[in-house]
Amino acid sequence: MTTEELAARLRQHVVRMTNAGKSSHVASSLSMADIIAVLYGHAMNIDPKDPEKQDRDRFILSKGHAGACVYAALAERGFFDVERLKTHYQNGSILSGHVSHKGVPGVEFSTGSLGHGLPVGVGLAKAAKLDGSPSKTFVVLSDGECDEGSNWEAIMFAAHHKLDNLVAVVDYNKIQSLASVADTLALEPFVGKWQSFNWHVREVDGHDHAQLISALESDHEGQPLVVIAHTTKGKGVSFMENSVLWHYRSPQGDEFDAAIKELYES
Amino acid sequence: MRDAFIARLTEHAKADRDIVLVTGDLGFGVLTDFAKNYPEQFINAGVAEQNMTGLATGLALAGKTVFTYSIANFPILRCLEQIRNDAAYHDANVNVVAIGGGFSYGALGMSHHATEDLAIMRALPQVTVLSPGCLWETEEITSALPKIPGACYFRLDKSHAGRTGREGEKLEIGKARQLREGSDVTLLTTGGILGEAIACADSLASKGVTCDLFSYHTISPFDEQSMLSSLEKTGCLVTLEEHVLTGGLGSIAAEVCLDASVYPKKSKRLGITGGYCSKVGDQNYLRGVYGLTAADVEASILQTLKG
Repeated sequence: MTTEELAARLRQHVVRMTNAGKSSHVASSLSMADIIAVLYGHAMNIDPKDPEKQDRDRFILSKGHAGACVYAALAERGFFDVERLKTHYQNGSILSGHVSHKGVPGVEFSTGSLGHGLPVGVGLAKAAKLDGSPSKTFVVLSDGECDEGSNWEAIMFAAHHKLDNLVAVVDYNKIQSLASVADTLALEPFVGKWQSFNWHVREVDGHDHAQLISALESDHEGQPLVVIAHTTKGKGVSFMENSVLWHYRSPQGDEFDAAIKELYES
Repeated sequence: MRDAFIARLTEHAKADRDIVLVTGDLGFGVLTDFAKNYPEQFINAGVAEQNMTGLATGLALAGKTVFTYSIANFPILRCLEQIRNDAAYHDANVNVVAIGGGFSYGALGMSHHATEDLAIMRALPQVTVLSPGCLWETEEITSALPKIPGACYFRLDKSHAGRTGREGEKLEIGKARQLREGSDVTLLTTGGILGEAIACADSLASKGVTCDLFSYHTISPFDEQSMLSSLEKTGCLVTLEEHVLTGGLGSIAAEVCLDASVYPKKSKRLGITGGYCSKVGDQNYLRGVYGLTAADVEASILQTLKG
C-alpha cells in the first residue's frame, strides 16, 4: 500500500468512526491524514509484531482529539484488528475520543489536554541521547495548541540540548476551536518563531507526500526538526473543508453519506 | 531534610546510572556536587516546570528513574496536569520532590507557603504521597522511592525531629511509625512538625497524660489500621499538621473514622485555618501564629480532654 492509499483509507475510517460514535473532531483527523500516513506508512521504525521493541521510534499525538486517525493508522498497520475501529467512542470500548494508550497496542502516550505531547517527546528524545539509542521521537501538534506555553518551554529545551532525534510536525490547518488561528492568537511569523528558537524548519504542503517525506528526511544534525505542514482542515470532504463548524460537528445522515461517497470516489 | 535527601540520592545515583535528577533551576549550592559528579544524570530544565514534568515523564517512559526538584508549590501546582495526565496516568517513575513544606520558607511570603500540597496531591490516584518527619525517615524514603511503582510526591520540610529511627528499624512505605505509646490520646502528625508533637507528648507524659504518637510519613496510601487500633484504646483523636485543615491529615483521619463507623469520644484537628497567610515570619514564628507549637498543641489537647 502506498502512503497515498493509506491516507485515503484513514479518511474513510475516521468518517465512519466519528459517525458511529457521533463524535467530534472529524476535520482535525482529515487534515492530518496525510501526515499520519507518511509517518506510519513510511518514516517511522515500528513493528506491529513487536510494538515495544527496543530502539523503536516513538510517536506522540499531542493533538489528542484527532485520536481516531491514529487508531485507524495502527489498525491498518496491523497493530490490532481493523474491526475494532467500530468500537471507537462506544460504551465499553478501549478507543476513547482522545487518544489513549491503555490496552491499545502501538499507542505510546495518551493525550487530550493540549500542550503535553512535546515536553514528553523531549524527554523520550533526551533519554535516547543519554542511552546512545538510534530511536527517534515524532510529535504531531495542532496549530491551535501552539498557544500553550508548555510547548515553548519544550521548544527552548530541545534546541538547547541539540535533540536532533526529535521531529515535530505541526498540522497547520489555520482553524482552531472557535475561529481561525489568525483571528484567535495569530502564529505568524510562525516559521520565524521556530527558527529563532534554533530549530531546523521545513515548510511543506501537508497533503503532498513527496514533500512530507523529503522534509522528514532532511539533514538537521545538532538541531531538532519541525515540519510546518500547511493543511486544509477537513481535507477530502469538500463541505467540511476550511470550516470552523466541522471541528465539533459529527457526520450524520445525508452528510455522512455524501462524505463517504466523496471519499470512495476520489 | 533537603541535605539528607541529596546525600542519599547521590549514593543511589552512583550505583544506578538510570537515576536522573531534573531541577527547575533551583538548588544553588545544594545540587552542585551531584551535577559535577554525575553530569549525565543531572538536567537543569530551567524555570519551566511544565516542561520539566513532561520531560521527566518522557525520560521515565524510556526507562529512567526520575526525580524532579524544586521548592514549595512550584513542582506541583504549576504543572499539576502534567503530573496527573502524564506521570500518574502512565505509571511513570517520576518522583516529584518539593523542598520547603508548610511554612519552611515562611518569611518569603505566601507564594512560598506549601500549605495545600498534601490535600491536592493525595487527591490524585496512583500517586504515592510522602511527608517525612525526621532525617531518618527522609533517608529511608529516598532509598525506597526508586522502587515505588508510578509517580510519587515527596514533601521535604526545613524543620525535622532529628533522627527518630531505632536500631535495626526498617521504614515501611504506607505504614505509620509509632514513636510514643500511651492510653489517653491518639496523636497523628505528618512532616517536620513531628518535632513539636514529640515535645508535646513528652511534656504531657510528665503530667500524667500519655499519647500514642504516630508519624504519618506516608499520606497516600494511608495506614488506617494503626490509627483505628489506637483509637479503640484512647477514644481521643488529635491530628497535627503544618497544612490547611481542608483535605490534609486531619481530613483523612475524619474520613477513615466515618468509613469505619468509628466515632471518637473526643477529637481535635490542628492545622492552618483562616485563609492565606500574609503574616511575615519564619517557620517557628508562623507556627506560633497558628497555634501549632508544642506548647500550643499541649494546651489544645488538655482542653480537648476536658471538653
